[in-house]
Amino acid sequence: MSKQQQKQVPPTPNRRVTLFVTCLADLFRPSVAFACLDLLEEAGCEVVVPTDQTCCGQPAYNSGDREAAIPLAQQVVSLLEPADYVVIPSGSCAGMIAHHYPSLLTGEWRERALEVSAKTYELTVFLQDIVGIPPRSPIKAARTSVTYHDGCAGLRELGIQNQPRQLLKNLCGVEVDELKQSEVCCGFGGTFCAKMPEISAKMVDDKLENALATGATVLTGGDLGCLMNIAGRARRQGKELEVRHVAELLADQRDIPAIGEGQ
Amino acid sequence: MEISSDTFLDNASAALRDTDKAKRRDFIAIATPQIRKAAIDEFEGFDALRKHVKRIRQHSLNNLAHYLEKFEQEAVQNGNRVHFARDGAQLNDIVLDICQQHGAKKVIKGKSMITEETGLNDFLKRGNLDVVETDLGEYIIQLAGEAPSHIVGPALHKSADEIGELFLKNHKLGDREFQETENLVDEARGVLREHFLKGDVGIIGSNALIAENGYSMLVTNEGNGDLCANLPDVLVICTSIDRVLPRAEDATAMLRLLVRSATGQPQTCYTSFYSGPRRDTDIDGPVETHFVLLDNRRSDILTSDYREMLECIRCGACLNHCPIYASVGGHAYGSVYQGPMGSVLTPLLTSLEESSALPNACTTCGRCAEVCPADIPLPDLLRNLRQEENDKKLTSSRWRSGLKLHSWLARHPRLYQWVTGIVIPAMHIIGGSRGRLSRLPMASGWTSQRDFPAPESRTFMQQYKARLRKNHEQ
Ligand code: SF4
Repeated sequence: MSKQQQKQVPPTPNRRVTLFVTCLADLFRPSVAFACLDLLEEAGCEVVVPTDQTCCGQPAYNSGDREAAIPLAQQVVSLLEPADYVVIPSGSCAGMIAHHYPSLLTGEWRERALEVSAKTYELTVFLQDIVGIPPRSPIKAARTSVTYHDGCAGLRELGIQNQPRQLLKNLCGVEVDELKQSEVCCGFGGTFCAKMPEISAKMVDDKLENALATGATVLTGGDLGCLMNIAGRARRQGKELEVRHVAELLADQRDIPAIGEGQ
Repeated sequence: MEISSDTFLDNASAALRDTDKAKRRDFIAIATPQIRKAAIDEFEGFDALRKHVKRIRQHSLNNLAHYLEKFEQEAVQNGNRVHFARDGAQLNDIVLDICQQHGAKKVIKGKSMITEETGLNDFLKRGNLDVVETDLGEYIIQLAGEAPSHIVGPALHKSADEIGELFLKNHKLGDREFQETENLVDEARGVLREHFLKGDVGIIGSNALIAENGYSMLVTNEGNGDLCANLPDVLVICTSIDRVLPRAEDATAMLRLLVRSATGQPQTCYTSFYSGPRRDTDIDGPVETHFVLLDNRRSDILTSDYREMLECIRCGACLNHCPIYASVGGHAYGSVYQGPMGSVLTPLLTSLEESSALPNACTTCGRCAEVCPADIPLPDLLRNLRQEENDKKLTSSRWRSGLKLHSWLARHPRLYQWVTGIVIPAMHIIGGSRGRLSRLPMASGWTSQRDFPAPESRTFMQQYKARLRKNHEQ
């Protein structure tokens, strides 16, 4: 059971969900956002996508620029306040909103952030623990060997581990081939990978090595930042690995090229 | 405190190229978390104990002056002399003075991070004293002329072969071979024994000062601390003011967390309590004992946003679980304190200007905070330090203005979407059929090591808005 689940609002039928797509999905991987729409609709939710959403402010926050991060956090809080549920296809952005906003903001904004925090869920937590999306039958996805990368914020701030694995099983019939050292960071770390590229490269190489050692052909995960890092390094090193966001697999969207792959 | 943290990135780069050492680090980075986990899993109530000890540590720090006074009173009552040192230089002076008063020639030392912090060994050597480290790890790095690479295992970076070479070079014992690690340990034991017997002054550290009885608690696995404490006539215990705890039972509660987190043992081989000089009825022990308690900015830290850092019990678990420490090793940090705890502590004990890379040597993956027995939110503290760097403009101006621009744009959704609506499709086109970019002018750090996955198409917002418009028209 996730840490998030314990604070849940009692579920109501036909939930109205506000989708925060994240800036990375918006810019680099729209299929993740479209996959979320499909999955949430499949789960019987009514989905709203506020069109003036941009970024949750993590880059500034983690780089020590609160002055820049605070107005962004306030903007996101205002944007998400009307929602019944907020769903985000990223553990680190969900963690930022649910976990860090309340300590970043003060006074009345803090109270408002806490309210938003209480209804904010990472995608797989929402699908698995909150709506309990029913298993598909028959399962559509082709059988393929998949390994999973746990993003650090999702794993440690939100307790996400079992949910994506269960969903992959229920919706795609996929049993995850676990990679060794799965709890170790892939070296992305937001601006870290650009500030300390050599160290980051060593870390992502370890991750790739462990992923390839499973023999899986697909690596998936819940955070585009990590996935772009892993895919980008795999491409640079000429390593074969199909990297996709878990939403793409769950929504059975494997026809578009994988992250960092051409047509 | 002497540091060379300003060259962190260069040090790291050199460390990454040393593949033998990197392999060794990889091995340790996998093994140490497993050892800790086995110990914690076996021990029920670790989390409850962690909370309990945290409350005690907070209480002691909240009442630090009171407990220090109490400790001093009790320790003096037991026949010790207690000195307070404002900074490292003062600690060094006090210790040298004690040695000189006794006409000491040889000083034998147990492991003490505080004297590493103050650079005591070099200082005493300049005062013509012969200083010998007797903790095996410390002894090895002393022979090698190196700094510790890990707060608990100072010579963890050395292989058995390297240690063998050092011994062959430094111990004039003729031709011999070291078949097993045990041979090395045996030789060190023999050599160190001579030193123990000749020591005029013994210097050791402390894991806790106990206010209620004025005792000092020390844990070791080699028993060398006890020999340093009991064989020479003069004993000096060097530690810092934040080590004080109210009661003996608090110290032992802390110990249960410390040892499991550090080495995965339920208990170290030796747990000793030092009360003071030899009494008439004692058959051995020092004739004169001193406590030298270092502040070195700790009272400033106490009143700052970083006070939780003073709750650190120096177990080293955060180092063992840090992927950056594992990648670059302890020496890259250029400080006696390494890894996550070092990246917080070094800037606080010296200055951010001298160590500005350290707070950034972190992906905020949170693994350190998860295992820290003192429950210190290390990534949050590192983020706070980055905030200070940003405020003091210690970061590159390109970074700062880039981030400012990004945040400003993100606060203007229409403009943001207009700009990204141009840039993203362009990047998609440049990525072409390869689906990736090998070079990106604004992200050279990223593309120096990896390709940048090209955007899949137009932005989501462009597509989604088009979809909304279409639905609306229908
Ligand atoms: S910060 Fe925590 S984990 Fe690191 S050495 Fe100190 S007590 Fe141990």
